[in-house]
Amino acid sequence: MVNDLIPRVLGKLLIPFILLFALYVQFHGDFGPGGGFQAGVLFAAGIVLHALIFGLANTRRVIPDALVEAMLACGVLIYAGVGLAGILLGGNYLDYFVLDPNPVHGQHRGIFWVEVGVAVTVCGVMLQIFYLFAARGHDGADGTD
Amino acid sequence: MVASVFALLFLRNLLSVVVLSGVYSFLMATVLVALDAVDVAMTEAAVGAGVSTVLLLGALYLCRTRDARPMRKPWLPLAVSLSTAALLIHGAMGLPEFADPRAPIHRHVVPRYMQNEIDVPNVVTAVLASYRGFDTLGETTVVFTAGAGLIALLRRRPRQEDKGGRHGQ
Repeated sequence: MVNDLIPRVLGKLLIPFILLFALYVQFHGDFGPGGGFQAGVLFAAGIVLHALIFGLANTRRVIPDALVEAMLACGVLIYAGVGLAGILLGGNYLDYFVLDPNPVHGQHRGIFWVEVGVAVTVCGVMLQIFYLFAARGHDGADGTD
Repeated sequence: MVASVFALLFLRNLLSVVVLSGVYSFLMATVLVALDAVDVAMTEAAVGAGVSTVLLLGALYLCRTRDARPMRKPWLPLAVSLSTAALLIHGAMGLPEFADPRAPIHRHVVPRYMQNEIDVPNVVTAVLASYRGFDTLGETTVVFTAGAGLIALLRRRPRQEDKGGRHGQ
């Protein structure tokens, strides 16, 4: 679709705002609707749109497979790490009250990092599924050559 | 929404079926907004209408099929879906009224959530990330497992699977 003018221009206009909106949903999740899952999916949707318009090869150059696979695991590790941090600071697993001298701030900090973990994993999984499906057809076509 | 469901029933072109399910997801998202479940509506719009439509289109492209053959005897699937619908409707009639403050779900732990002792205005986020952090950790792990399983099943290692791929074609 790279040669079609309208999708290309619209994509260039829209994709930054989709990604920005995903970040807004992520970091404003405490106050408005949204949170890690929605942010991760929106971010992945923006990148999938990029792949649809500019081709999978270009998107893979921007976000390589290794990064996506790392994102999968990193998100869960961040989440579990927040729990371990709670233990190290003298609380229970996933106890956010001890993460900051002020318990309420500790809660905010814990929720922030937990949401980051969720967003990273969800975004990674969505992109991984898309990459695997989209690459399969292309690899098959290349394999016959 | 009803129109799109009936169109889905009678369409045989799989491409239009996929697009129509995207339309259905968007309409579902508006219903969820009307029910004040904005978080769920966002997820429905992004996953149901966006990403899964793209994935289904990709699957269609891989399968190279356009039309589904009509079934000869749809009685068994029809009976299963009708009885499931009847069960669900019967169950829904036993639920308390929508937004009834005396419903059991609003009297058990929700009053404590609503005190907002952790000072997070979005209660959904507070419940998901803090009060029920273990559940969300489990959910994240499930999502991770899905991705890891897909990698294990579908990823091609170029050198080792080169021969296998050619045999398959």
